Amino acid sequence: MTPPEPFAAEIVHTPVRHHILSVLVENKAGVLARIAGLFARRGFNIYSLAVAPAESDARFSRVTIVVDAESAPLEQIVGQLDKLVNVVAISDLAPRDALERELLLASVPVLDSDTRARLLDTIANAGAAIVDVDASAVTVMLTGTPSACDDLERSLESFPGVELHRTGRVALPRLGRTATA
Amino acid sequence: MQLTGAQALIKSLEQQGVETIFGLPGGAILPVYDPLLDSPIRHILARHEQGAGHMAEGYALATGRPGVAMVTSGPGSTNIVTPIGNAHMDSTPLVVITGQVATTSIGTDAFQECDITGITMGITKHNFLVQSAQELPRAVAAAFHLATTGRPGPVLIDVPKDVSQSMMEWWYPETLEELDLPGYHPTRDLDEEAVARAVQLISRAERPVLYVGGGTLKSGASAALLAFAEATRMPVVTTLMARGAFPDSHDQHLGMPGMHGTYAAVTALQRSDLLVALGARFDDRVTGRVSAFAPGASVIHVDIDRAEFNKIRHADVTLQTDVGTALAALGDAGATPAPLDAWWREIRAWRAQYPLTYDEPVVDGPLRPQHVIEAIAQRAEPGTIVASGVGQHQMWTSQFWRFDEPRTWVNSGGAGTMGFGVPAAIGAKVGRPDRAVWCIDGDGCFQMTAQELVTARAERIPIKVAILNNAYLGMVRQWQEMFYDERYSEVYLSADLPDYVKWAEAMGCVGLRATNVKEMADVIDEANAINDVPVVIDFRTDTSEKVFPMVAAGASNDDIMVHPSQRGGAR
Ligand SMILES: Cc1ncc(C[n+]2csc(CCOP(=O)(O)OP(=O)(O)O)c2C)c(N)n1
Ligand SMILES: [Mg+2]
Repeated sequence: MTPPEPFAAEIVHTPVRHHILSVLVENKAGVLARIAGLFARRGFNIYSLAVAPAESDARFSRVTIVVDAESAPLEQIVGQLDKLVNVVAISDLAPRDALERELLLASVPVLDSDTRARLLDTIANAGAAIVDVDASAVTVMLTGTPSACDDLERSLESFPGVELHRTGRVALPRLGRTATA
Repeated sequence: MQLTGAQALIKSLEQQGVETIFGLPGGAILPVYDPLLDSPIRHILARHEQGAGHMAEGYALATGRPGVAMVTSGPGSTNIVTPIGNAHMDSTPLVVITGQVATTSIGTDAFQECDITGITMGITKHNFLVQSAQELPRAVAAAFHLATTGRPGPVLIDVPKDVSQSMMEWWYPETLEELDLPGYHPTRDLDEEAVARAVQLISRAERPVLYVGGGTLKSGASAALLAFAEATRMPVVTTLMARGAFPDSHDQHLGMPGMHGTYAAVTALQRSDLLVALGARFDDRVTGRVSAFAPGASVIHVDIDRAEFNKIRHADVTLQTDVGTALAALGDAGATPAPLDAWWREIRAWRAQYPLTYDEPVVDGPLRPQHVIEAIAQRAEPGTIVASGVGQHQMWTSQFWRFDEPRTWVNSGGAGTMGFGVPAAIGAKVGRPDRAVWCIDGDGCFQMTAQELVTARAERIPIKVAILNNAYLGMVRQWQEMFYDERYSEVYLSADLPDYVKWAEAMGCVGLRATNVKEMADVIDEANAINDVPVVIDFRTDTSEKVFPMVAAGASNDDIMVHPSQRGGAR
């Protein structure tokens, strides 16, 4: 039996027309389902979604949603999201005003010295780090901009059997810029 | 004071001023039905949970107060999904209480377990799964607050059986803070700058139209609308959801716009240079093909829900507030258009050339459905409330009944739910026992929820039901006739099966039948003389009648088809 082709599915890289919504929500059961359900039923596309407890207050969580502003006007997305009773505040970050970071982890099988050399090269070029090693594989980590992660992901595609995960981005306004509420 | 969760739930409903609950008990909600026996709240035992839900909607539409329904878990809860969805589409304030299996059983596929909060997530304004008895008062108070403020809508409270059975220390929220809704801010300060820009647009308009939607009724803004319309002399159209918001008898009223709207209303919107949309949402049944809708018009959009802005149609000015507040602000700011004489001359010509019409009644029957509606309306006491199902009979009722008062039209707009009419009429009559209530129903619709007439008889709710019996799923038949080469697929029902008179009698109602014009007048008088039990009249109507005017689905409103008798001349 042949193993499934890695990355057989098309990788969708984030296009330029994305927006980052930083959404403060009540920390209640089902809130993520409400958000996901809203996006699904209104046909809004999500590129990534990251959730974490809000810094200041245990009652709230912060959800960072990267939305496709082609799939629907941003005004619609924000207006509908705002109607969810558990959504407390929404701020919209245009990519140029945002500091965005994402984490990528990849395990790469390394069976020969050629591959090892090529991988070390790739890691060095990307500014990534090695976080785990054993006799047959290396685990690589990159914390960086989404496009740096895109680049590394593309480079790693050429290594057979690679297993790769990304967290989706978190974002804050650049210092001196503000998000629009 | 220690109470059970069930007692606290009922007491919370009393605190909210609830007078009537429409419902049907079962295992998971059983604990709550016990303290109901000791409560002054009236419970109306529906024969199907869908009936209970539509009754609550009819109650809400006729009174402006939230309707309350209570059902059990599992199938009880799924049976009320249709009314919840209907209320969501029409922004009707509803509080629905469902029983749920015990918290300890949730997630185990227990008997009659069903994830009703998950199912209704997309068709409620909000829903709650209550986790403890102590939380019940807050959930009830929050549900009523959410259902009735901002853009109204249905709210569901799911109450696990162990929650209603456990003890709590009685309390009730006294402030909005205690409702713990940090993300809910339904009202905004009025944007004075937007008001100024709206005034400017109005002052420049030569062909303005007040496009009045259901939000005007929700806002209780009929009087404000009348004052504003008369001050500005602007023509008014009222959507299906807004019938009654402005008197049909008023000279400035052009009637209903949209797919089956009047020629004058549809065409005035098309030719207008300024639409003032008041709690209206540019529904596809109003706009026809959106790209061809009112191509020369600027838009002032007033809505309490900002998500309606620029959703379908770009707005030049948006005012996020309720219609009454907006009209008061525009009035105070002295919004007046240019003299509208030329515009009115055009409109009057359309109105004169293409009034609503139908073929001459035939003396020996079959009856013209429009004639039946006019005959009932003529003989109805002032202030009569009329409900309907969904189909041709609904459109004819909207066209030919004369609405002169808000909250006298009870119908299913956004969802178009067949079977809405009978239970909604019952709910309306419960809410307004002082008013006569007619349901103009279709034969198809009647068969979906007729069993609620048993409820009406048992509870002494004397509504009157007129079945416009055309032996068909008439609206579908009309589309098959016009757009599918008269290939009739699964639309025939039969005029005689069931026998509606016998069925009515079996349900404890008076059953009457009219097959010609003479009988028609007699049975209406007979029905009007009966005030203690429900009456059902089987009106045998002409199968081939179609609803006109009509704009075909997806067509431009410019391509409106008028009644055949009005065709031929220049349009
Ligand atoms: C629950 C539901 N099922 C199907 C439809 C589609 N539908 C719309 S109108 C109609 C026919 C209604 O028939 P009837 O009640 O006899 O009214 P008529 O059009 O004949 O006046 C149908 C089937 C609907 N609106 N609702
Ligand atoms: Mg019919």
